[in-house]
Amino acid sequence: MGEPGTKELISLDDLEAAGNLRSGRKHILSILVENKPGVLTRVAGLFARRAFNIDTLAVGPTDDPAISRITLTLDGAVHPIDQVTKQLHKLINVLKIRDLEPEATLARELALFKLAVDGSSRAELLQICDIFRAKVVDVAKRSVVVELTGTADKVEAFEQLVRPFGLIEMARTGEIAISRGRSET
Amino acid sequence: MRAVDALMEALKAEGVEVVFGLPGGANLPTYDAFYDAGIRHILVRHEAGGGHAAEGYAKATGKVGVAFGTSGPGATNLITPIADAMMDSVPVVFITGQVRTELIGTDGFQEADMLGMTLPIVKHSFMIQHPLEIPRAIHEAFHIARTGRPGPVLVDIPQDLSRADIPYEPVGDVRLPGYQPTVEGNQKQIRLAAKALANARRPVVYAGGGVVNAEASEELRAFALSDRFPVTCTLMGLGAFPAPHEQWLGMLGMHGTRTANYAMDEADLILAVGARFDDRITGKLSEFAPRAKFIHIDVDPAEISKNVPAHIPIVGDAKNVLARLTTEYRALGADKGRLEEWWTRIDGWRRQHPLRYDDTTGTEIKPQFAIQAVFEATGGDAIVTSDVGQHQMWAAQYYDFPAPRRWINSGGLGTMGFGVPAAMGAAVGVPDRTVVCIAGDGSVQMNAQELATCSQNGIPIKVVIINNGYLGMVRQWQELFWDKRYSHVDMGDFPDFVKLAEAYGATGLRLTDKTTLVEDLRAAIATEGPVVVDVRVSRESNVYPMISPGQAARDMVG
Repeated sequence: MGEPGTKELISLDDLEAAGNLRSGRKHILSILVENKPGVLTRVAGLFARRAFNIDTLAVGPTDDPAISRITLTLDGAVHPIDQVTKQLHKLINVLKIRDLEPEATLARELALFKLAVDGSSRAELLQICDIFRAKVVDVAKRSVVVELTGTADKVEAFEQLVRPFGLIEMARTGEIAISRGRSET
Repeated sequence: MRAVDALMEALKAEGVEVVFGLPGGANLPTYDAFYDAGIRHILVRHEAGGGHAAEGYAKATGKVGVAFGTSGPGATNLITPIADAMMDSVPVVFITGQVRTELIGTDGFQEADMLGMTLPIVKHSFMIQHPLEIPRAIHEAFHIARTGRPGPVLVDIPQDLSRADIPYEPVGDVRLPGYQPTVEGNQKQIRLAAKALANARRPVVYAGGGVVNAEASEELRAFALSDRFPVTCTLMGLGAFPAPHEQWLGMLGMHGTRTANYAMDEADLILAVGARFDDRITGKLSEFAPRAKFIHIDVDPAEISKNVPAHIPIVGDAKNVLARLTTEYRALGADKGRLEEWWTRIDGWRRQHPLRYDDTTGTEIKPQFAIQAVFEATGGDAIVTSDVGQHQMWAAQYYDFPAPRRWINSGGLGTMGFGVPAAMGAAVGVPDRTVVCIAGDGSVQMNAQELATCSQNGIPIKVVIINNGYLGMVRQWQELFWDKRYSHVDMGDFPDFVKLAEAYGATGLRLTDKTTLVEDLRAAIATEGPVVVDVRVSRESNVYPMISPGQAARDMVG
């Protein structure tokens, strides 16, 4: 890649390669923050500034009304994740961060699918829903809305299967997570 | 009392003696409180000048600097000083006015989302939403600014809230559950570091601005002298180790000495203290200090292993950790003879590659000579601020700093226009020491308006302009890397700095003769009040030596 400050030309391929350097396994970060205005902006802004892409983001209250939980998932090699958790710790309103181990974590998201299904294919769809323990929450003449809870993988698998029926739209919450066993997340 | 009076009480409780600022609509209530609060307020000519002055004050004294601005443009003018303070870890509290709460979000007159705009460049910020929050926010802002890794904190106060009538009660505590900087280094890690140092045959101590911030210069010296450890400092760390000294290698990095850079290149163990492995230090990262293991002491855990993986990380305050490291190291009774060979190598580089420049011209002044003349004329004893560019690098190379807080410059952000206001702040904070601003003819124009502030308030800064009529550093890069296509770097012979100085009520001088330069500078510095000296230097001198962009330290040129 061209040296900074010099006139050496930088190819677009080089730029793209540099942009793709930071990809690795998926991480789920569980971040406890003070429930104050602007805290989400601070967290999201930090990711933007350090050039990290958030895949999903879910925010909600915890058992303590003064504390909120931000659950976010992102792609990254191990090294940058370490850097990002350290940078997050520097935010004054961030109380605690866990980079959740996939094996020791229960992660779930909620997804809603609107499918273009009429009478002819409804039975087949219901069969798939049954296997995935998805719930039909709305039926109209030419459409069905299905609700599904599960890991991101499960939601994606379901999406693959129902897409051929005619996927009108889909909404996903992004994963929330909690650790297995007695210990706190 | 009015919330703004409570604000004044909170400032006084924090020991604030002086602030820099400029009033406007949204902070009219605050300025009414300043009228008889008994806090010295220095009226600057531009908020950026006030912000940098607060930085200069903080860097010279070690105390928290304070800068005020109104909403909208007053606040956005503070953005450069805020970013500068963030990059160089300077403890400054910025207090801005904001439009009335009912106008927020309506694009009201002089409204700007200051909190939003500054999020990536503050250590923390407070948007006041209730007048009762004001005293606590001020105390927490000072606490956050000065502790851990210091940095800028913003407090944004809507105009209507500042007029509220509130009871003031002194705030004795801070409630920041998410903020607990680690100060004590881990004892096991310190012991490990001491052992590694005792076994090292080619060690180098690489110290940065964190040592100055932590007031750890004495501890650094004691550690280095507990054996014959060679020491180099970053641009921000100059003065943390006394120069000159037999164990001093000079500054390292892009324009550092060959000795310091070669020593880093061949070191087997590098002790980094309060330094952050900036790209201006490492050059080509993959070829930086290829043989070395790293011990990294820093109060900010995010700096450790950010750019260069640390083998022995120690999170903690440099003063605390260095003192304990020295004790541990002494207890090991390391073999001092093991460093003989290393010193022979280092002394070889020193003899072969001292800092040098061609000084065979008749009366023409070389810029490096001008810096040496400033050193002579001040007895090496001044507080020196600088702007950003060639003159900054020459000052760093040719002015030896015997103590910390003598060298004040914008390292991380590289802010042109920093020098004059920073000198003003330093002179306010340390009135009994000569304060010299070494400026460039380009940089100085970016905040020259503060000369009026200096004249009005009798702040006797001495501004020495290293005038080559160019944006010199850009010209140097265009010469070396862009085929001498000098695109928009010639500043011409404007303005007339002598007349400019006089217009601002300062003394103005032009010096062009090398043979009398030292005595002329001595006379200028002895002149009362603010002085501007326009030193005409050779136009196309370059800063050498240099690690060319993207190259390794061992390939230094010049």
